[in-house]
Amino acid sequence: MKARIIVTLKNGVLDPQGKAIEHALASLGIKGVAGVRQGKAFDVELTGADVEAARADLAAACEKLLANTVIENYAIDIRPDAS
Amino acid sequence: MKAVVVVFPGSNREGDLARAIAQATRRRPEMLWHAETELPAGVDLVALPGGFSYGDYLRCGAIAGRAPIMTAVRRHSERGGLVLGVCNGFQILCESGLLPGVLMRNANLRFICRMQHLRVERADTPFTRHYAERQVVKVAIAHGEGNYEADDGTIARLEGDGLVAFRYCDEAGRVGGAANPNGSSNDIAGVYSSRRNVLGMMPHPENLIDPLVGGTDGRGLFESLAAA
Repeated sequence: MKARIIVTLKNGVLDPQGKAIEHALASLGIKGVAGVRQGKAFDVELTGADVEAARADLAAACEKLLANTVIENYAIDIRPDAS
Repeated sequence: MKAVVVVFPGSNREGDLARAIAQATRRRPEMLWHAETELPAGVDLVALPGGFSYGDYLRCGAIAGRAPIMTAVRRHSERGGLVLGVCNGFQILCESGLLPGVLMRNANLRFICRMQHLRVERADTPFTRHYAERQVVKVAIAHGEGNYEADDGTIARLEGDGLVAFRYCDEAGRVGGAANPNGSSNDIAGVYSSRRNVLGMMPHPENLIDPLVGGTDGRGLFESLAAA
């Protein structure tokens, strides 16, 4: 079983890196971009097969380490193995 | 004054910090590896040095903030023991929850390494008794992630409770504008815990203790600690 965790800055938190990327896209002539926010993705391989147990463990992982909840949100996407 | 300097993989200012503490206290601090789980008996001050612990992986200070020794550092702070975190040490204190807020990427996205004036906000703490209130001191800064941010409620609490330790300012002590090198909220360069026994700061007072290398404005902090 695999999971992908996405960590993003909360709304309202200034993201100078996202701004710099947004400006670089504009200078490359890429149109239609109204804003860019940079985040992180974690691909996690899980040993168990219990989706709900994994969700609880991964939420603990996010709270304790993967996200700084002062400034970041996280989203957990678990992909059960095809049977 | 019995001090320890905690060393993490990637710390690089531990020698400077130990030297500044030794100069003021006349006692060489013990260097303590982060994998230890206990502080030596009778420790008064735990100092977390600058550097790039764990290569700044994940977030600056994030992994070091959860190192085994940090549980003992937290217990020490809960007993009222003194904790000083400088630069990466400040980032580690924020990540471990011993101090509120977070150090984000500098607003101009550049690593800043230069001299900087600070205003000492209060001179009645164990860290600042050898300074005068509102004294302007000149120390070094060297960081890429020193932009102090917290939610509005936390900033209001820090201000209301007198927990801002230092602010970035110009030579005349004026804060704001170009005197703020990294975009920190309210020009905050250092903060105290609610009991003022934990101090985190981005600037490097430990590098300004010898007239040979640019000044001695950092000595006051270590002399204050030596007398605490």
